[in-house]
Amino acid sequence: MNSNASHVNSVAMKNPGFFTRWFHRMASPVWFYQISGKLLPWLWVLFAVLLVTGLYGGLVTAPADYQQGDSFRIIYVHVPAAWMSMFVYMVMAVSGAIALIWRMKLAEMVMVSCAPIGAGFTFIALVTGSLWGKPMWGAWWVWDARLTAELILLFLYLGVIGLYSAIEDKRMASRAVAILALVGIVNIPIIHYSVEWWNTLHQGATVTKFDKPSIHIDMLIPLLLMAGAFKVFFAISLLLRTRNELLERELPRQWVKQLVEEKDG
Amino acid sequence: MTPVRKKRLLLILALVAGVGVAATLVLQAFNQNMMFYYAPKEVKAGNAPANHDFRVGGLVVKGTVKRDPNNLDVHFDITDMTETVTVKYTGILPDLFREGQGIIARGRLLPSGVIEAAEVLAKHDENYMPPEVAASLPQKPASEAK
Amino acid sequence: MAEFFHMGGYALYVWTSFGIAAVVLLLNIVLPLQQHREVLRRAADFHELEGRTKQ
Repeated sequence: MNSNASHVNSVAMKNPGFFTRWFHRMASPVWFYQISGKLLPWLWVLFAVLLVTGLYGGLVTAPADYQQGDSFRIIYVHVPAAWMSMFVYMVMAVSGAIALIWRMKLAEMVMVSCAPIGAGFTFIALVTGSLWGKPMWGAWWVWDARLTAELILLFLYLGVIGLYSAIEDKRMASRAVAILALVGIVNIPIIHYSVEWWNTLHQGATVTKFDKPSIHIDMLIPLLLMAGAFKVFFAISLLLRTRNELLERELPRQWVKQLVEEKDG
Repeated sequence: MTPVRKKRLLLILALVAGVGVAATLVLQAFNQNMMFYYAPKEVKAGNAPANHDFRVGGLVVKGTVKRDPNNLDVHFDITDMTETVTVKYTGILPDLFREGQGIIARGRLLPSGVIEAAEVLAKHDENYMPPEVAASLPQKPASEAK
Repeated sequence: MAEFFHMGGYALYVWTSFGIAAVVLLLNIVLPLQQHREVLRRAADFHELEGRTKQ
């Protein structure tokens, strides 16, 4: 392992400047694999703490809503999932841009690892929204602008997954996927502002508007905890997937051989 | 940044900007279709389609909800604070349906000016609070109707 | 306790929502972990094979 680390350093040393050095280290597979391995246990702890406090707050201590009663508690999975569905897309598209501009392999891997996680979050947002809409609105689904745009987001994620697996050469596939991800980015502001630009059945923003959030503090804190838990979850899942993608692509390399030998010995 | 990378960055920015402009134009063109419902004002002005179903949204006017004791028929007025239309509906209303609540009805306009709804959906606002807090608030003006 | 699970009459909607979210999140952990074991196994096979051919 140590010999690999010094090799990484010598590569980075050629480039002066803190940022450039950092950027090149980021691109180094071994460095990424080691650091992410050290980081993961801490992320698990953080996730557990946020999840337990968030769930307890949301399901037990938060009062029932004045209009919606206990059905409003669906907010604690629906809203964090919906936020993450957009956030993951942004991470995916930015990674795609970095992959295209710098031809950085690690950015390609992060990009393709985002897609299944983002699709999962989008799926949760759509299904829980449906389960919330039925008792409150009176319909499982309506074709209003907000719901339709979120459904398009799911298709974009599925498109990315499909396109990547359809092209044999993974570097070519990454390039095609990056362009698709960047084109689809227009959908993100449409999702967010759909409830303002058009009249929709879906209500307006609660937390992310400029004046103070229109949600009682006892209900808001668990929501933010759950949002934090979802974000850390994304980090964990993204690292796991990116590490797999990395091993997959670097399978014949020496550092992977060392890794396997260490595991065996 | 090397010139090649700068060129790629500019290409990407051009791509995103191009798609953004195209999307804006398309959405502008279909603006009316993106609207989920009409306001009573538009219905009264004759803007609502006469020959097929459309949706109308507004607040249920207090004291206008009349239920038939023998069946599921219900009549109520909805308003956008400018105009008011009467809605006739047969069926089970969503849990959130109540006086002062924003609702969206899908149906057609009868010659009498009454809307015969096939479906009634409740629109809730973006405010969440416990009942005690809601009770202590002064009656807020209905700002939901657009 | 029963009241807690009852969720003011919305038990079906609330618990189904949390359940589906839990399943999807769990899949997003279990699948990558399985994939990880699988890729390490393939890596082990590959390098062992390579070592033998060199000998």
